[in-house]
Amino acid sequence: MQSCSLKTRKAIDQSVRVIASLSAVIGLFAIVWILLTVTGRGIGALNLKFFTEVPTPPGIPGGGLINAIVGTVIMTIIAAVFSLPIGLLAGTYLAEIGKETRFAEVVRFVTNILIGVPSIIVGIFIYALLVVPMRGFSGYAGAVALAVIMLPIVVRTTEDMLNLVPDSLRESALALGASRWQVTLNVVFRSAKRGLLTGVLLAVARVSGETAPLLFTALNSAYWFSSLKEPLANLTVTIFNYAMSPYQDWQQKAWGASLLITVGVLFLTITARLIMKRQGKQL
Amino acid sequence: MNETISIKIKQNPDRSLFNRDEESVVNSSGGNHSTVKLAVRNLNFFYGEHQVLFDNNIDIHQKQITAIIGPSGCGKSTHIRTYNRIYELYRNQRAEGEIRMGGQNILAPTVDSTLLRQRIGMIFQKPSPFPMSVFDNIAYGLRINTNGRGSELAGCVEETLQRVALWDEVKDKLWEPGTDLSGGQQQRLCIARAIAIKPEVLLMDEPCSAIDPIASAKIEELMLDLKSHYTIVIVTHNMQQAARVSDYTAFFYQGHIIEFGDTKQLFTNPQHQQTEDYITGRFG
Repeated sequence: MQSCSLKTRKAIDQSVRVIASLSAVIGLFAIVWILLTVTGRGIGALNLKFFTEVPTPPGIPGGGLINAIVGTVIMTIIAAVFSLPIGLLAGTYLAEIGKETRFAEVVRFVTNILIGVPSIIVGIFIYALLVVPMRGFSGYAGAVALAVIMLPIVVRTTEDMLNLVPDSLRESALALGASRWQVTLNVVFRSAKRGLLTGVLLAVARVSGETAPLLFTALNSAYWFSSLKEPLANLTVTIFNYAMSPYQDWQQKAWGASLLITVGVLFLTITARLIMKRQGKQL
Repeated sequence: MNETISIKIKQNPDRSLFNRDEESVVNSSGGNHSTVKLAVRNLNFFYGEHQVLFDNNIDIHQKQITAIIGPSGCGKSTHIRTYNRIYELYRNQRAEGEIRMGGQNILAPTVDSTLLRQRIGMIFQKPSPFPMSVFDNIAYGLRINTNGRGSELAGCVEETLQRVALWDEVKDKLWEPGTDLSGGQQQRLCIARAIAIKPEVLLMDEPCSAIDPIASAKIEELMLDLKSHYTIVIVTHNMQQAARVSDYTAFFYQGHIIEFGDTKQLFTNPQHQQTEDYITGRFG
């Protein structure tokens, strides 16, 4: 009787193990497949011209996507400049200052909803808010859309990372006569700095691959960056346009741009992981 | 403040908790002129609606070691966490009553908790060095409380580390992370950090529970040494430790102070059945 139930338990244990392992392999397989395809098809497009020249008109071979690379970088930086300070401070409010207040609960709830909002809705929202009144697509609108997507992610990761700092550390600093703000600045932030940096990198990685919000805001451009008030070239919308085009040259460039974004996101993510891994070993 | 203490050692084989001879018992309990540093009166404590301390009354004597013992969850830690108002970090915690220090009720809202904590330091159960160098761990409190300048600061840090007998062990690693030290060293670092700002009272919340016996012995030794300058209150699970280091002992049970008095007296001749049951290991 007892040995029978032991047998059943072992059988269940074994099947759960097999199913879980299989799922992991399938997940890994999908990622590897994507990486191989993107690399295989895109690597050929990445030459010196790709990184130095602006696009040529359709049908004329040559040219590159430097304008789109610069545009994506500019919008991501502007988005980060807006959303990082606000996000870090709001996260600090949730973890350190407001913590259990009703207001903090509301902010936390709204942040979680915002994280789940599909990015195309953020695009439509900014379109109605900025593009329509300003009578035109613009780099500004694109940057604001990315900032709106980035903000809740930064708030949430900041709060999570600060919550990982044990209360014993806060108590120790308070017990030395430090003020609440000194504790937060000198001890809690210091203790969580790797986590915070990781969160920032992941948020940047996330928005640098966004397409939908830019379709309605920054649109795209075939020309060099001139003004943030004009439509701004960017990699993701370029991929969208080029991949759908009938020109083989453009299609290949779309693959090249895909590879570039993939490598960029991968780089940010791996850097973030390395930073987190070293946490605890050093100051 | 104490009831007259009669020296009456019960003949009980379990009572070998401390190894001081009978004579010193007579001496120290006979010559008790110390003044009261903290007078706790009718202290009640609440977690939300839930009351956990009930009418605690106790006198903490100056430059003496007071041990607080009792089973887990009896309110020992909660009790000393009111002395520096560290519980205020948590929104739903509330203390009522009086803790008088120098004629002032330190629980009064007019008393600034930051200034209070400069006078009443605390060492916690888990060693919690700040994520900075050994030197900066000690210097942190000095920097925020005074405007200590370079050379003075360095002298102060060395003196403090000497005081906790850690200097020789860490003098070559002053700029390495405090978190790289061993558990026992970390705890002495935390003690050094607390005494660097020269508080009057040191609260120790089970300071030895997370470290090994040899490191614990060092900390006990340190406490006896620090006694000449500081009033010490220690919460401990370890009755032998209470018996070894303390001058006074309070026995807590379910939020009440069941018995408080001279340590030897309490361990050899407890006045309450619950105290006796606890120290003889019948529960706890």
